Amino acid sequence: MPDIIMNKAKCTKCGICVDACPFGCIVLADIYPEISDCRFCGICMVRCPENAISISVEEKPIIDLSSYKGVMVFAEQKFGKISPVVYELIGKGRELAKQLNEPLEVVLLGNKIRNYAEEILQYGVDKVHLYNNPLLGVFRDDPYSQIIANLIIEVKPSIVLIGATSIGRSLAPRIAAILKTGLTADCTGLEINEDGHLLQIRPAFGGNVMAKILCTHTRPQMSTVRYKVMKKAEMQQSKGIVEEREIEVKNLIDRTKVEEFRKAKDKVSIIEADVLVSGGKGLGNPEGFKLLKGLASLLNGTVGASRSAVDEGWIDYSHQVGLSGRTVRPKLYIACGISGSVQHLAGMQTSEVIVAINKDPNAPIFKVATYGVVGDLYEVIPELIKFVKESKSK
Amino acid sequence: MRIIVCIKQVPETTEVKIDSEKGTLVRDGVPSEINLLDLHAIEEGIRIKEKFGGQITVISMGPSQAEEAIRDALAMGCDEGYLLTDKAFAGADTLATSFTLARGIKKLGGFDFIICGMKTTDGDTGQVGPWLAHELGIPHVAYINKIAEIGKNYIVAEKLVEDGVEAIHCPIPCLITVLKGINDPRLPSLKLKIKARKLEIKKMGLQDLGGEASNYGLDGSPTRVVEVYSPNPPQKGEIIEGIPKKQADVLFKKLKELKIV
Ligand SMILES: Cc1cc2nc3c(=O)[nH]c(=O)nc-3n(C[C@H](O)[C@H](O)[C@H](O)COP(=O)(O)OP(=O)(O)OC[C@H]3O[C@@H](n4cnc5c(N)ncnc54)[C@H](O)[C@@H]3O)c2cc1C
Ligand SMILES: Nc1ncnc2c1ncn2[C@@H]1O[C@H](COP(=O)(O)O)[C@@H](O)[C@H]1O
Repeated sequence: MPDIIMNKAKCTKCGICVDACPFGCIVLADIYPEISDCRFCGICMVRCPENAISISVEEKPIIDLSSYKGVMVFAEQKFGKISPVVYELIGKGRELAKQLNEPLEVVLLGNKIRNYAEEILQYGVDKVHLYNNPLLGVFRDDPYSQIIANLIIEVKPSIVLIGATSIGRSLAPRIAAILKTGLTADCTGLEINEDGHLLQIRPAFGGNVMAKILCTHTRPQMSTVRYKVMKKAEMQQSKGIVEEREIEVKNLIDRTKVEEFRKAKDKVSIIEADVLVSGGKGLGNPEGFKLLKGLASLLNGTVGASRSAVDEGWIDYSHQVGLSGRTVRPKLYIACGISGSVQHLAGMQTSEVIVAINKDPNAPIFKVATYGVVGDLYEVIPELIKFVKESKSK
Repeated sequence: MRIIVCIKQVPETTEVKIDSEKGTLVRDGVPSEINLLDLHAIEEGIRIKEKFGGQITVISMGPSQAEEAIRDALAMGCDEGYLLTDKAFAGADTLATSFTLARGIKKLGGFDFIICGMKTTDGDTGQVGPWLAHELGIPHVAYINKIAEIGKNYIVAEKLVEDGVEAIHCPIPCLITVLKGINDPRLPSLKLKIKARKLEIKKMGLQDLGGEASNYGLDGSPTRVVEVYSPNPPQKGEIIEGIPKKQADVLFKKLKELKIV
């Protein structure tokens, strides 16, 4: 059983661990800090300036992982269109594979998608495992997870990367469950450490901290990766091959069925948009979103919202940005009448350029804004729209 | 209908702030609460029960304080509560959490539905739902924004995806993970609160779930946090001054520089 140990000889009673514990499990008792009900998150251990805290875990036997080689990327597709996150996974995958001096492979499932397999090869992929079958046209968790898990058991990649999309986030845990290996969600950084393991970096506690995570005793090391975080792969001379594979229809479990798909009315989803004009409680009324939509469409973007605006019923939940909404990373994020709560920032602070328009000069949104406009959005935005329209009519 | 709702007690995120100088989490006596999306899971369970009858069991894995979270769920209208608690369960990643929850759920006998939140605000992975479904050998549908239909042996659930909504037909028993848009959770009623105070929360530990301690908690977790640090403090931005027209003009020029217009 794991245990947390406080080395009293090293402890200076500074109290940093008390503040650091996100669960409030440490109290500064009369003499030394006391830990109860520890969840072993490790935050106090890494924060302690004296290295006085350690967590003891059962030593796992050293196992031979050398038969696992290479990086495998899941190529998500929908209606034959490859999801844009895939090119970013390939970009990162190639970097990792090069460092390890191991191959980069892609698994692609779908119907009538042979030409996409050829296209993927152009991005420096060594091999595409292609499952081209009418049964696989539409994503379903059951068959996709079994087929990919079986391929992983056969090919033995040491790293598997999957996009943190609604498909990927549902599929990846199923695959990891079959393989009984570790899975790290929503990675924003991936590196190879000195021991050759994959160092997975992700935000934790609502974006309040970043955590580095390792999976040292099982293979493959699996991560889901956020969209628009990694750099897209570049095209290059292709030396790779496509390997067509058959599925065993007989043994395939397939329990769910997609009965219907209704496309969202908005042309671009908030995740894919390059420009996002977001509105908050400061809009004051649902009409405010009409103004924002006007600006967004002039900038070829779409409209986002804070939770407060969604809770007011001014706009649909699918537009919500933040901890309990979507994470976005557009080229330009314009926050209008949004105060900038920790939860909202968690979903947008990695945007390339952030513009904030807010009446209150002390609003926390200004701390992350590249350009801050202290003012009334109903005065500033119409003027901005005028300038943009003028330049377009020229 | 037999419904199981999985809930987690999490630190109240509004209270967790980062001290950018020291790089530590600042907690002003952080209270714990039920994970936000799990409230929607509870509410959906209650709505199904109100329509079709049945029983709702809330289950949580966590330290003894998590009993409070379970009591809150009972006060909303759930019927019974189980807490999976043992020193051996602490430090679990999503594999060990799903393993433990699955063991606990198997002890409860059969079920028609398992409802989870889409993700938690602390773990923030969204992995436990689908993983648990695999451990229990049942299908799952994630990202549910609406249950469109409940038939005799199936449901049709609306899944929110990047570019729209998919209506998914899924046989029962199954597991769903829900989003915020699915409902508005009710507040606990005073009457139920009083009743909940008297109900016994049943506890299960390592002894009850069985197996080796090394399969649970931190020891049973393939992933390990090896370092925690504060994200780069954002650089100081530029404040655009002047009357609205002037501000808009400067902003427009910035957009031009960025080649947005
Ligand atoms: C577990 C949890 C999860 C959450 N998840 C999310 C999430 O995913 N996304 C999210 O956004 N929030 C989330 N929240 C809520 C969050 O804490 C805030 O309540 C919310 O983000 C505030 O929204 P707001 O900025 O629109 O509203 P407010 O905080 O009310 O801010 C409105 C702002 O508008 C400004 N304003 C008013 N009138 C004008 C005007 N005419 N012109 C210019 N400015 C004006 C005001 O100065 C003010 O700063 C979550 C909370 C919790 C506890
Ligand atoms: N310790 C736990 N006890 C009970 N349910 C949990 C626990 N951890 C996660 N869950 C459930 O799984 C969902 C997703 O959690 P996560 O994968 O941590 O983001 C939550 O909304 C809960 O419904």
